[in-house]
Amino acid sequence: MTDPVQNGDNLQQRPQGAVASSAAASDLAIELIGINKRFGAVHANKDIDLKVRRGTVHGIVGENGAGKSTLMSILYGFYTADSGEIRVGGTPHAITDSRHALALGIGMVHQHFMLVDNFSILENVVLGAEDSAMLGPSLDRARKELTRLEKEYNLEVDPDAIIEDVSVGTQQRVEILKALYRGADVLILDEPTGVLTPAEADDLFRVLRVLRDQGKTIILITHKLREIMAITDYVSVMRQGAMVDTLKTSETNPEQLAELMVGRRVLLRVHKTPARPGDTFLSVENLVVKDDLGVTRVKDVSFTVRAGEIVGIAGVAGNGQSELLESISGMRDQSSGTVRLKGTPLSLEGDDGAHRARKAGLAHVPEDRQRMGLITGFEEWENAMLGYEDDPAYGKGVILDIPAAQAQARERIKKFDIRPANERLKTALFSGGNQQKIVLAREMERNPDVLIVGQPTRGVDIGAIEFIHNQIIKMRDAGKAILVVSVELDEIRSLADRILVMFDGHIVGEADPATATERELGLMMAGVTDKKAPPAREAAEGKMP
Amino acid sequence: MSSALLKPLPRWADVVLLPLLNLALAFVVSGLVVLAIGQDPLAALNAIVTGAFGNGYNIGYTLYYSTNFMFTGLAVAVAAHAGLFNIGGNGQAYIAGLGVIAVALPLQFLPWWITFPIAIVAGAAVGGLWGFIPGWLQAKRGSHVVITTIMFNFIAAAIMVYMVVNVLKPAGILAPESAMIAPEGRMPKLGAFIPWFKNTDVNFTLILALICLVGAYFLIWHTRFGFAMRALGQNPTATRYAGMSNSRIIMIVMTMSGALAGMVAVNQVFGVQYRLVLDYVADAGFVGIAVALMGRNHPVGILLAAILFGALYQGGNELQYVIPGLSKEMVVVIQALVILFTGAMEGLFRPGLQRIFMALSPRQKAGAIEANSVKSGG
Amino acid sequence: MDLGIILSTLDATLRLSTPLLLACLAGLYSERAGVFDIGLEGKMLASAFAAAAVAAVTANVWLGLLAGVAVSITTASLQGAAAITLRGNQLIAGVAINMLAAGLTTFLGIQWFGQGGRTPQLTTDGRFQNITLPFANELSGVPVIGQIYSELISGHNILVYVAFLAVPITWWVLYRTRFGLRLRAVGENPKAVDTAGISVTKLRYQAVLITGLLCGLAGAFFSIAQGSGFGNNMTAGKGFIALAALIFAKWKPVPAMFTCLLFGFLDALQIRLQGAEIFGIDVPVQAIQALPYLLTVILLAGFIGKAVGPKAGGVAYTKER
Repeated sequence: MTDPVQNGDNLQQRPQGAVASSAAASDLAIELIGINKRFGAVHANKDIDLKVRRGTVHGIVGENGAGKSTLMSILYGFYTADSGEIRVGGTPHAITDSRHALALGIGMVHQHFMLVDNFSILENVVLGAEDSAMLGPSLDRARKELTRLEKEYNLEVDPDAIIEDVSVGTQQRVEILKALYRGADVLILDEPTGVLTPAEADDLFRVLRVLRDQGKTIILITHKLREIMAITDYVSVMRQGAMVDTLKTSETNPEQLAELMVGRRVLLRVHKTPARPGDTFLSVENLVVKDDLGVTRVKDVSFTVRAGEIVGIAGVAGNGQSELLESISGMRDQSSGTVRLKGTPLSLEGDDGAHRARKAGLAHVPEDRQRMGLITGFEEWENAMLGYEDDPAYGKGVILDIPAAQAQARERIKKFDIRPANERLKTALFSGGNQQKIVLAREMERNPDVLIVGQPTRGVDIGAIEFIHNQIIKMRDAGKAILVVSVELDEIRSLADRILVMFDGHIVGEADPATATERELGLMMAGVTDKKAPPAREAAEGKMP
Repeated sequence: MSSALLKPLPRWADVVLLPLLNLALAFVVSGLVVLAIGQDPLAALNAIVTGAFGNGYNIGYTLYYSTNFMFTGLAVAVAAHAGLFNIGGNGQAYIAGLGVIAVALPLQFLPWWITFPIAIVAGAAVGGLWGFIPGWLQAKRGSHVVITTIMFNFIAAAIMVYMVVNVLKPAGILAPESAMIAPEGRMPKLGAFIPWFKNTDVNFTLILALICLVGAYFLIWHTRFGFAMRALGQNPTATRYAGMSNSRIIMIVMTMSGALAGMVAVNQVFGVQYRLVLDYVADAGFVGIAVALMGRNHPVGILLAAILFGALYQGGNELQYVIPGLSKEMVVVIQALVILFTGAMEGLFRPGLQRIFMALSPRQKAGAIEANSVKSGG
Repeated sequence: MDLGIILSTLDATLRLSTPLLLACLAGLYSERAGVFDIGLEGKMLASAFAAAAVAAVTANVWLGLLAGVAVSITTASLQGAAAITLRGNQLIAGVAINMLAAGLTTFLGIQWFGQGGRTPQLTTDGRFQNITLPFANELSGVPVIGQIYSELISGHNILVYVAFLAVPITWWVLYRTRFGLRLRAVGENPKAVDTAGISVTKLRYQAVLITGLLCGLAGAFFSIAQGSGFGNNMTAGKGFIALAALIFAKWKPVPAMFTCLLFGFLDALQIRLQGAEIFGIDVPVQAIQALPYLLTVILLAGFIGKAVGPKAGGVAYTKER
């Protein structure tokens, strides 16, 4: 194993991006040369060159859709490149499938875990790496090997636990163990912290450092600059399918990386006047909500939103925000608690709860427009009335007035500049930003008292982001109460008049966006707070059946 | 993936060309079977067509069979729009006979035009109930409607045997059947008014079927409930978001579907047999699956597909008299192949057809690229 | 009731459970692999016809069995092509297979044998004979145990023993072999299997072929073991009872055996009770006939336990971006 520090020095002496062709081939764990991949008209990877040194943590950073995951899927043999060469340990290989990649010592931890939920950890580790047609010997060997790996890398798990019973953090460990068990020397992690709590993420980084110190090579795909700065030795930046640059992490900074990622200076600040809050429009009292598996995800949450203010809920994804939104909007039954709109309790039970919430004046822009907010197989005008199809504007009695509905859709297309301006087009054919505008137009044009918005700009192009933010602020200035939930801290900080931080199902703190620092908010999102301490995790979980 | 490149077919190709291609394939394969056993497929086809449309008598019977298939086809299609696969048309059509006979016998001394609507309501109610229960179980208990409706077909069959043999069979009759409706209470067949259809079984229920087709069209595309139903069929999470009650929609749709299938009982029991016999449904429920698939779940398509299958059934009956050795089961084979090719092996023709269409029109190609990039870019 | 009646009822139970069990295990393989199969009935029917037709013509029961299994496997491959390669609707494929088998068997039967769809009566060589197990005759005098051995356990045809032997084998395959591990995995999370470098398509085809094999045995049982020739629609919905049993057994082999025994027992009871009373109450035969279906509905509805099938069942696997 070559000394990683030495490698770093080598790189340092050379111009960035042109890592030494003269360097000993064995220094490089992975070398990608001229990789191209198209999906239909989308050029997902354009002539990519990448060199990854042995025994380093190499970050690959870029916005969503920059082509990072595609590139790694090619390296892992899940896709085949249209052209280009892959060298592993200096030798060219045509990696045709995942099995081949595994044989070359390349392991991957996917963003969505590839685990069989009703299998034990041991069975998951063995799956696909069995020694023979009989299972017994494989399981015995795996059990011993797991014990060894656990010790070597500090990765404790209970081999007989069933996957669906263990935490997400543990599931990720299983994925790492799976790769190590298959003899991986190069470990690719795709957005590994997206589903982790901050504590779990820190633990993951600790594991990754141990792995690196033991000589493993780690490729970390992420769009979070904080992680790049915290853990990587080198970082490659991708933008729109192309490799922009490769840098030594210690010699760069988040600002430079952000600029490389986006291609221009990013200004996420939104121009808005100070809020002038009025009466309380939305009040949530002692709300408790369970998810589909019966796990309590929202734990005794209370807050209010007043007319003319935007309240933002920040937090790492998976800390109960989705369930909170779904519950307030009537999509998900609450276990206990009350949601009041202008003082009147909303009756949200049953699978038509969302209908009653809308009738009462609560509009909802969901976090996942394609899964919830739209029926992508419908024409645009049909989606423009989704959820309001009972409205007298769309017909008399049981009959729909189709011309009226289409005329209204045309108006909104104009007003929200939805393109292409054709209400008869299938909704699937609109871009993400335009789809989001269809939803926004529908929900805002009802003139609701309360608007709740989940992930306002997820998967939306930069031009549309500004428009969407301005529309939300316009609503606020018109005296509406607005609740925004976003996992993008920047978005919350620029949009909200008041920030609530959610962690492990609790609101753990409140902050003023004008004064709170990223560090303060980050600590709160990690559950570390000196303000009113959250109830102990154990106590909260004790309530669960 | 190469399929990501392909643009959806133009509508006419999707609703006309593709089903016709699949139908042609089904005919070709059946023809090969006929050829393999040493018969002349063209002669067989000729016999079927003549047997189905050769004269007024043939057409009358074709329409009589089509009537059943319009109902069962609609039953499958209405459920399909809501994303439900109602495989229980047979059971629903069968058990509905209980409702029909339960009103037809006591009211047999009233004129038929008074009993007819009552029989319709009774048949719809019982058939609807047999659809509602699986719907309710799906909506409230999460049982898969496909499995439940299969089970309900068998449960219906058991109940019907019991009811006909132990309850409805009058003393002194050997055959397992109920009493006959008195002659003065029987609905005349269409042959009584249109000499062309003389001595055939086609009756006023055909008119009812046509009304149901038009009604279904309005229901699906011109009512608020139809909108909700189609929305549920495409994205149940979105309907939950919209606050439409998914469970309510499922229960209503399954009830409607069962009621439509139940109209077969009106045709058979009230229109033709004048009594309740065993097994009068004769798998019309399953033919409905073929009809709905072939007709692309659209009433116009269902009308045409029902006539096609009605013709096949009637032609198949005649076939065995024209060409000894060829039996009407040939038709069941064709029907199975239509279901296989249009329902389960769509992937056979579609990609090729899409390629042909794209090659023929550069504009289509550009459209595909645009559509594709929009989709992937989002 | 005396032992004789009990034994003969149980004897009938074993015989009547056999095709259910074979078909149920058949369904288990493909459904565990994530391919829903409501076409068990059709594959059995096709096999029953092919077995009887070949056995009638050759007067050789083994050739008959081979033909039945071959036809069933071919049918299963067709279903596999639709459900796996062409990613078609698995339920509709099953419906089509059932209908195709019903139509073709009758059509060809009439054409070939001219007996209204029946195949000719099989001779002794064309049928599986009952096997007398060692010492069965000698032990028949021993009270209870000997009687059970000689009357209940001994004296069935080979397919009965094959069916019950298939239960521990299936259990062993499922839980003790690499193939079983992968099979169970592919029905739950095919993507996990794919990323582990195993072909989802190949695994599912393997499962579907085993389904074909077992359905072939089940079908042959009807026409060349239990019966002596093929009759129209002779499987009479047993494929659906097997499906019900599979759900009832929650897709597990040993419970599948007990469920099939229960359903077989109900069938035996129903035949025995024809026109009889039980405890002075007149139980309609039809009520017992409908009981398996009713029980399955009740179980599915979660009123007694809960039946949750393999998670990836019914969905074709597509490698996505």
